[in-house]
Amino acid sequence: MNDIRHDDDMTALLSTPVDAGTLSRLHHRLEQAVERADLLDVAYTTIDSPVGKLLLAATPKGLVRVAYAGEDHDRVLETLGQKLSPRILRAPKRLDEAAREIDEYFAKHRQVFDLTLDLSLSRGFRRLVQTHLPEIGYGQTRSYRDMAELVGNPKAVRAVGTACATNPLPIVVPCHRVLRTDGTLGGYIGGLEAKTTLLNLEAAT
Amino acid sequence: MKQPFENVVAQHGATVLRVCRIVLGPHDADDAWSETFLSAMRAYPDLPETANVEAWLVTIAHRKAIDVLRVAKRNPLPIDEVPEAPTGQGIPDSGDSDLWAAVKGLPSKQRQAVAYRYVAGLAYAEIAEILGGTVEAARRAAADGLKNLRKKYPGAITKGASS
Repeated sequence: MNDIRHDDDMTALLSTPVDAGTLSRLHHRLEQAVERADLLDVAYTTIDSPVGKLLLAATPKGLVRVAYAGEDHDRVLETLGQKLSPRILRAPKRLDEAAREIDEYFAKHRQVFDLTLDLSLSRGFRRLVQTHLPEIGYGQTRSYRDMAELVGNPKAVRAVGTACATNPLPIVVPCHRVLRTDGTLGGYIGGLEAKTTLLNLEAAT
Repeated sequence: MKQPFENVVAQHGATVLRVCRIVLGPHDADDAWSETFLSAMRAYPDLPETANVEAWLVTIAHRKAIDVLRVAKRNPLPIDEVPEAPTGQGIPDSGDSDLWAAVKGLPSKQRQAVAYRYVAGLAYAEIAEILGGTVEAARRAAADGLKNLRKKYPGAITKGASS
């Protein structure tokens, strides 16, 4: 009986305290090492914004995902792990440029994003639509039907809606600029409140 | 389903560091930790989903610690006299230097068995796999290690009892 108690004592003693500072220093070192070794398949960070906390993720090819808090960031990362690679690490450095441009956008100092994008999460028609979304200029809007015509498939209004709803790069790829033909909002991946915030931000210039 | 590697670091980072400290001492533990997780991230996509992640990490840490020891033996520091006195500034998180001295004095197999059993909480079967040898030998190494540690570091019992 004593032995068991003493074993526990020893376990407690050997389990030396590891403070958060030490772990974050080691984590930072790991971020640099895996980047150098070309192992950082997906780097991510989170930033605060007027539309809540945003997750930003990038592959070596470019920015691959922007996610609203409502999408559940843990879930989003799990999905990235399945679709892209489980070699995912919180490594903010790769996202510095994207974070800066998004900050500038919300500060109204930027109207066009100048970022390399990785659209590999989208395929086919959705990807085609998402590729054309940046053609809608800052402060302008289009209807789902306009977009369908723009990509040369005027009947695919619903499919355009799906393409907007599954946009992996909201804000940066401006699906918020697409509205219903009657001018009502339609849906939005970040919620209607976020869509309104973005449209008001852009309209107020 | 396989978790993002970030979760692996978050869940097991502290334990792996503690294990490295016991096996190598506080000085070299950081390097072994870094090598372990770099190596683990490389191999992670091939790890079976059913694998015990902690046992897998400790196995990698075990090999990295052996590498660190080997390098240290081959390249002794080019210093005439290594100062034994503490630097005053200390090693962050290094805790009790008497404890480290006692741990350091253990035969390496006992030290490893103690770390893998009492810090990582691995089963003796898993420890036997890492150390080579039988499950019974792993159990004995951990028990002997603990006994020797208590002998050299009697403070453990009083400290534990008073808390």
